[in-house]
Amino acid sequence: MSTPRTSTSSPRFAQFKLVLLGESAVGKSSLVNRFAKDQFDDFRESTIGAAFLTQTVQVDPNTIVKFEIWDTAGQERYKSLAPMYYRNANCAVVVYDITQSASLTRAKAWVKELQHQANENIIIALAGNKFDLQESRDVDTSVAEAYAKEAGLLFFETSAKTGENVTELFTAIAKKLPIESVLNRSTRPSGPKGVDLSRSARQPSGANGAGACNC
Amino acid sequence: MAPLASLESVCATVRVNSCEAGATRVWGGAPAAGGTPPPHAPKILTRKGTGLTECILSGLLSVEGKKVLHIDRQDHYGGESASLNLTQLYKKFRPNGSAPEGLGRDRDWNVDLIPKFLMANGELTNILVHTDVTRYLEFKQISGSYVYRDGRIAKVPASEMEAIRSPLMGIFEKRRMKRFLEYVGNYKDEEPSTHQGLDLDKNTMTEVYLKFGLEPGTRDFVGHAMALWTTDDYLKAPARETFSRINLYAQSVARYGKSPYIYPLYGLGELPQGFARLSAIYGGTYMLDKQIDEVVYDKETGKVAGVRSGDETAKAKIVIGDPTYFPDKVRKTGHKVIRAMCILNHPIPNTDNLDSVQIIIPQNQVKRKHDIYIAVVSSAHNVAAKDHYLAIVSTIIETDTPHLELEPAFKLLGPRIDTLMGIAELYEPLEDGLKDNVFISKSYDSTSHFETTTDDVKDIYLRITGKPLVVQKREPQEVEA
Repeated sequence: MSTPRTSTSSPRFAQFKLVLLGESAVGKSSLVNRFAKDQFDDFRESTIGAAFLTQTVQVDPNTIVKFEIWDTAGQERYKSLAPMYYRNANCAVVVYDITQSASLTRAKAWVKELQHQANENIIIALAGNKFDLQESRDVDTSVAEAYAKEAGLLFFETSAKTGENVTELFTAIAKKLPIESVLNRSTRPSGPKGVDLSRSARQPSGANGAGACNC
Repeated sequence: MAPLASLESVCATVRVNSCEAGATRVWGGAPAAGGTPPPHAPKILTRKGTGLTECILSGLLSVEGKKVLHIDRQDHYGGESASLNLTQLYKKFRPNGSAPEGLGRDRDWNVDLIPKFLMANGELTNILVHTDVTRYLEFKQISGSYVYRDGRIAKVPASEMEAIRSPLMGIFEKRRMKRFLEYVGNYKDEEPSTHQGLDLDKNTMTEVYLKFGLEPGTRDFVGHAMALWTTDDYLKAPARETFSRINLYAQSVARYGKSPYIYPLYGLGELPQGFARLSAIYGGTYMLDKQIDEVVYDKETGKVAGVRSGDETAKAKIVIGDPTYFPDKVRKTGHKVIRAMCILNHPIPNTDNLDSVQIIIPQNQVKRKHDIYIAVVSSAHNVAAKDHYLAIVSTIIETDTPHLELEPAFKLLGPRIDTLMGIAELYEPLEDGLKDNVFISKSYDSTSHFETTTDDVKDIYLRITGKPLVVQKREPQEVEA
């Protein structure tokens, strides 16, 4: 993505954690792959391999939002998605399949869980995926839209296969994120940050006498 | 007896497939019951209980390409090493009661069932860093490490400088302690000049203390608050192990400064979840809330063949689980731990209002055989509602009135809003698992940190794979679009 420079400075940069939720096989990973890599695979296997993907969205000439996108790694399948997964998520895309009304029911359960357990200010978008399969549609747009409105969610019908509304979905989320407050806070170190375990051990000073063991 | 719920643990089932030569050797090479897998297909390994030990093993084995199925009969991760919200906590300890008013929202609480901290320079930290599980979790320091001596508590001096300032010792004892710590820190096997005539493999720790003339009270906090021994048995053993423990303590303090301990935000229950995600990312399958009805064995070889839940049977060459899933394959260690979860609305008196501390009461100080531990965390770690503190007191039971044994600790805590107590029997496996490929972990012991847990992980790993665990850096997993 090009980053048009303004006369004064380079664009501002804010990073957010986004989690995907929804029943198995509704197309969560496909949505991310369309968004992050502009790819689609008809016979995509269940999610394996990546901890998360990243992709940026330019919300205005001066501001870029970087999404750190977490996929479920298949853990939703047997009721085993841990709360840790959506800890500290700034935003969530809850996906259902427009050809399976049961998947909307499951999506509603996820929305409820997020609203009870996740960050209080989490931004949630509801995505009705497989928009390209109109002939098999099982969920009316108006029904899902009414629910989304009532629950305070962003709402899109998307197709990971054709790409319809995918960028629009993520851009709408980006525009709703509290960019200003993050930027103001991120003069780092941000807030009650913890310790960085990856930092190598401080060289013990001569005074504490721990120099003998180099294990 | 006081209202004591049992702290039962959970098992996970993991099913690992592997065609590694090393693994085949250990697994005995017999074809799997119910058909030999195609040569390219990995063998199956099943794991029961999503306790920390099982989840670390799942994570490590999944990364190595083994196929893992992980089953837990409970509906949440962690088993015995879970962290519970208020509703879950009271349901477990007071099935007929409910949480007191005014404790805030359920989601604000994550109460550990097993009180332990991570040593900043310890093996669990090492595994977390090298598996990148640190990416899913955030850690904070425990703000202070205290020890009880002569009726009051004071900071544990971890360096010569701190020893000089410590109120725990008189002026002459401080100098002796300084000399002792210098000796421990400077001791090098290859430099006999640093040995001062002692041999760590021959001389006992008592002999070392005598050489430096340390008082009994000082020995108590060196052995129990720095080397973190839970009894005095170490005094008669060669000094080497105690030296390496003191060094681990000192290096852990040196790493971040305030104390040797770190702790994950939202509680210890995050640890098994983090390793479970690692496993899932590498293809591991997790099933919670799934009963395990039977472990199936091959009649001819006697080796494990799988695990049955209802009508479904998962084939597996290896099964790993915690003791609760294998009552007939474990024995009692003879030790029982009592743990008391205390809810407070104030910091611990005499700790400078710190948001988190560990306090150790060495056994001799209160005429016991086993130390009493107090682990304190608070809303600063996202485990309690705002302005609340959680103090978990634990020890090995020595009498018929275990709740009274915790009194010395309760006195240090000040007023408590509520106290929930539980007693856990500690189990260990009868066999090493090589005969039937069922590998069973040990119960979480009463130590204040995870070093014995990671010892168990490494030991089981060695028995399963036939090679020692070498924790290596993973390839970066972030895909930059």
